[in-house]
Amino acid sequence: MNALIPQPAELVEKRQEAEGIYTLRVRLAAEETRRAYRFLPGQFNMLYAFGAGDVPMSIVSDPEDGEVIGHTLRAVGPVTKALATLKEGEVLGLRGPFGSSWPLEEAKGRDVLIVTGGLGCAPTLGALHYLFRRREDYSAIKIVHGVKAPKDLILHRQFEEWRRAPNTEVHLTADQSGGRWKHKVGLVPHLLAEVAFDPAKTLVMMCGPEVMMRLAIKQLIYKGLAAERIYLSLERNMKCALGFCGHCQFGPQFICKDGPVLRYDRIHGIFNLKEV
Amino acid sequence: MAFLVERPGLEGIFQRLRGLGYELVGPTVREGAIVYDSIRGAADLPAGWTDVQEGGNYRLKRRDDDALFGYAVGPHSWKKFLHPPRRRLWQASREGGGFEIRPEPESGRRYAFVGVRACELKAIAIQDRVFLEGQYPDPSYRGLREGAFLIGLNCGQAGGTCFCVSMDAGPALKSGFDLGLTEVLAEGRHYFVVEVGSEAGAEVLGAVSHREASVEEVAAAQGVVAATAGQMGRAMDTAGIKELFYKNYEHGRWDEVADRCLACANCTMVCPTCFCTTVEDVTDLKGEHSERWQSWDSCFTLDFSYTHGAGPQRASTRSRYRQWLSHKLATWIDQFGSSGCVGCGRCITWCPVGIDLTEEVAALRKPSP
Repeated sequence: MNALIPQPAELVEKRQEAEGIYTLRVRLAAEETRRAYRFLPGQFNMLYAFGAGDVPMSIVSDPEDGEVIGHTLRAVGPVTKALATLKEGEVLGLRGPFGSSWPLEEAKGRDVLIVTGGLGCAPTLGALHYLFRRREDYSAIKIVHGVKAPKDLILHRQFEEWRRAPNTEVHLTADQSGGRWKHKVGLVPHLLAEVAFDPAKTLVMMCGPEVMMRLAIKQLIYKGLAAERIYLSLERNMKCALGFCGHCQFGPQFICKDGPVLRYDRIHGIFNLKEV
Repeated sequence: MAFLVERPGLEGIFQRLRGLGYELVGPTVREGAIVYDSIRGAADLPAGWTDVQEGGNYRLKRRDDDALFGYAVGPHSWKKFLHPPRRRLWQASREGGGFEIRPEPESGRRYAFVGVRACELKAIAIQDRVFLEGQYPDPSYRGLREGAFLIGLNCGQAGGTCFCVSMDAGPALKSGFDLGLTEVLAEGRHYFVVEVGSEAGAEVLGAVSHREASVEEVAAAQGVVAATAGQMGRAMDTAGIKELFYKNYEHGRWDEVADRCLACANCTMVCPTCFCTTVEDVTDLKGEHSERWQSWDSCFTLDFSYTHGAGPQRASTRSRYRQWLSHKLATWIDQFGSSGCVGCGRCITWCPVGIDLTEEVAALRKPSP
């Protein structure tokens, strides 16, 4: 199969999560392609809207969900807007899956700390679903999630459900207060200072604005976490997802194939530099 | 074993290749420069021409002989044939409720490249690693690459911006060619010493008049390429070059070079190894038919690193120049196991302001200003 060619996929379900944010569940049209399709949480697809182009989109569904593949996106550019206007039953294109995945094997038996900001939670959603479905394989799960404003919080019900799960903590914060926000107010790195975790037992999966991640990592390392136990998912401009177009380079890494999930100790030298 | 083909015999090689269905492309004079384009035969080669190259400067000049290859490399490289500047990847048409995508068929073009220098063979080998050795080989590149016949050339003339010796890329041919030529003009004679690099090469040579080269002729050919090695206009110290870049992301020289750099992307267009592309989807007015076109792109554009939310990762010219040079000389080594530079000097010659990467590397070795 030529990996540059989008494969037709039917939009099976479209759900609006918040203003401008949608979860699209799609099913590859060709049986052969559908059966051959395997992914791991943390990987992404290139989603194509007819005539508009394609964009990298992380997969939020579970590998065992069968034939339906979920993506949560914010309609901001021409392609995501075109994808968001599709109706159920309509067809889009899909190439993938591409890239590296979350260390879900390595995390077995450990505490997992998920740190996310804004829609940065999308790449970790797949990991969360995966962890909760195999809850007995993992020790404590702690979720630290920040949004700019209360209205940006999506998946309220999901967070509350996780909060009630055994051996699980959910810490939510917004940069500014408003409405009936009953969670913390402040930045994710500050909230992390208050969250107790055992640095020897914990593995971190992180995604969000890079400035947030830099400060959060600083806090985690200050609290004794080893750099090789921190994994982060990065986003870069991407045209091909195959390592040809060159757009997603981050120092020696191609985010499309070496990433999007990278271990912090392998990139710490450049992650703290500007404009790499 | 080396063979000898007299100057008029060269045409026989070209016509044999055309007869075998190859599209002959080679150096020819066009708009004041020696470019690579379709040629009909030896008559289209730049006989008697040479070039004078310096930072930001390229001029053609008459030679005092009729050498066919008596110049250095021009603005074109063979990548324009193997990795075309613009190509259609696929077409899509609305069908029923969905759409159907038809991949672009392979062109099936078989090129014979005339006069591929050692630095250019190395550049092709570098692009081979990019396009063929990853998880997703590029079928278009593979088809064109496998179909190509390469007439290599031991360089008889280095340019003012050449430094292939520093990059261990030339001027002598090592491997990767079908036929390897050395042009010799001496003692009133004009001939080519020919090495055979493949079975296809042997077959083509077999079809034209040739004989075994004499010891003297072989020595004369070796003298030509040895003299070229001594003509390098530039040099670059590559010792520990990867670490040099990794240690100097914040060197003050990046600000200095950014003051001169126009971010015009010329260096990336003329570079024989730069491979970056973008894609554009073009749709007809009825919205029924759409095509995806791939074209060369450059890390010097602002759009190149743009993402929604974060904006361009590399907003400053400083960061874009740093990205280009660091990729070429350092991160490339981690990505593909070799430098991305072959020392051809094109980026120096075709930079409108004459920014010279050999000078930039030397400056990075000095303390930050």
